[in-house]
Amino acid sequence: MDPTIALFLAQDGVTNGAIYALLALSLVLVFTITRVIFIPQGEFVAYGALTLAAFERGVLPQTAWLALLLGAAAFLDDLIRLPDRRSPRRVLAALAGDVGFPAAVLAAAWWAAPRHLGPLAEVPLTLAMVASLGPFLYRLVFRPLAEAPVLVLLIAAVGVHLALVGLGLVFFGAEGFRTAPFSTAVIEAGPATITGQSLWVLGVTGGLILALWAFFGHTLTGKALRATAVNRLGARLVGIPTAAAGRIAFVLAAFIGALSGVLIAPVTTVFYDTGFLTGLKGFVAAIIGGLVSFPLAAAAAVLVGLVEAFASFWASSFKEVVVFTIIIPVLLWRSLRSGPAEDEE
Amino acid sequence: MSEPLFALRDLSVAYGKIEAVRRVSLEIGVGRIVTVVGANGAGKTTLLNAAMGILPAQGEIRFQGRPVGGLSIERRVAGGIALVAEKRELFTTLSVEDNLRLGAYTRPRGERVADALEEVYALFPRLKERRRQMSGTMSGGERQMLAMGRALMARPKLLMLDEPSLGLAPRIVKEILRLVSDLRRTGVGILLVEQNARAALRIADYGYVMETGAVTLQGPAETLARDPRVIESYLGFSDRAA
Repeated sequence: MDPTIALFLAQDGVTNGAIYALLALSLVLVFTITRVIFIPQGEFVAYGALTLAAFERGVLPQTAWLALLLGAAAFLDDLIRLPDRRSPRRVLAALAGDVGFPAAVLAAAWWAAPRHLGPLAEVPLTLAMVASLGPFLYRLVFRPLAEAPVLVLLIAAVGVHLALVGLGLVFFGAEGFRTAPFSTAVIEAGPATITGQSLWVLGVTGGLILALWAFFGHTLTGKALRATAVNRLGARLVGIPTAAAGRIAFVLAAFIGALSGVLIAPVTTVFYDTGFLTGLKGFVAAIIGGLVSFPLAAAAAVLVGLVEAFASFWASSFKEVVVFTIIIPVLLWRSLRSGPAEDEE
Repeated sequence: MSEPLFALRDLSVAYGKIEAVRRVSLEIGVGRIVTVVGANGAGKTTLLNAAMGILPAQGEIRFQGRPVGGLSIERRVAGGIALVAEKRELFTTLSVEDNLRLGAYTRPRGERVADALEEVYALFPRLKERRRQMSGTMSGGERQMLAMGRALMARPKLLMLDEPSLGLAPRIVKEILRLVSDLRRTGVGILLVEQNARAALRIADYGYVMETGAVTLQGPAETLARDPRVIESYLGFSDRAA
């Protein structure tokens, strides 16, 4: 291997690693706040990429219908489950959030899809559609199970994953898609060639991590979320509604997933089931961070990306195996260090 | 006679078939300290958790003349009930000041949190010294102070304290109980649950004795402290913290 190839692989690894970092952060976020090991995180990536691809072909993405359907179900669920919300104002507010928002996005997408308005209009619509799936799934699937053990939550997460992959096949077909890059610029830096798209990925990832850092470090809502993650009972005792905290965690996770999908759509061909493997790599990084540490998970994600890139050069058919093998020594080390009884608080 | 600040009537709590609390009734007036004493496992913590809404219970819970038994924990906190739990339940990876600020989470957004913060710092100067420290790194006494300070940030009208002396050195216990006694002057009603019956009865106005889930004795604190049955069961040993 010469330095040019090594630099190319490193660039590839860091770019993918940035995406895995975003996924790992979402997984840690969702787990610490709701105890859900969120297997379908990768599906948001596939949905994000394929929704944008549908816009590019001038087709109305079916994701909009799914969001509206889930929203309507969440609204009905609210009416039945929460009797103290039956004041007219609350019902109207729930109606606006659960049905009004996805309906507005659907209408906008309907209008925009055949007009080829370009990424400036299509990316926000994609993000709005996919991000709204997160809180609706939380409300319909995970909030009713809020007190259930981690294992039950995990099984529910697997169920959501299977449903979303199946729906993905119906919505987008078995064909893979790749979207136009945001930037075709190529920067020559000595022996390395840096593509504009990787700069986009790194820039957006960096920006998002900074925004998350500011949110969790410097706003009351962000601190309330951290408090919920550290001590759920303590959070309830100061009056933080843990259901709202869960909803925010799922909004963020779905948004970050969709954004990752939009970012990788121009560099990889995305199929309806691509998300699972991508999500699992983020998961490996999250596990290395013990499912609780954000900085450790982000650093591990870059490592996963690099290992993957170099493995695909040296042993391309074992690429995935090599990546997932990283997890074994980490698990061994963790279990030797902390002992067995750590599964339930 | 006007209605008390807080009242439990025939409250029962069951874990499966085991009744941990059986038909307990008690009352707390504004600015009063009421204590529930009893041995380990008598159901004292269960009683407080049920009053706060952490555990489902049967019977009536009234606060400021209204039934609150059907409200969520969050609504009870917003209404003015606060619980300092036995395990303190602090946000260990957040700073002392962030813990306190989150204590005011249910207060209206426009209200000046800084005022409440200064009041708590005046009560617990130690917390001000350590305000940037991670709360998980503090000593047991400081954690108890932080848990109490965090509860006071919500400006509660009823403060429930679960074993504030647990695991603390006798000198710190004295300091904490003196603070509890001072809080009475702010008009807050206090429900103090303690194994350290001697110390609790010394600062309380009224007391209840719980045994295996039920109230077996009650009366003004001085009377209880002189009752031979209480002396024999709970005050027989010299000042033993918890």
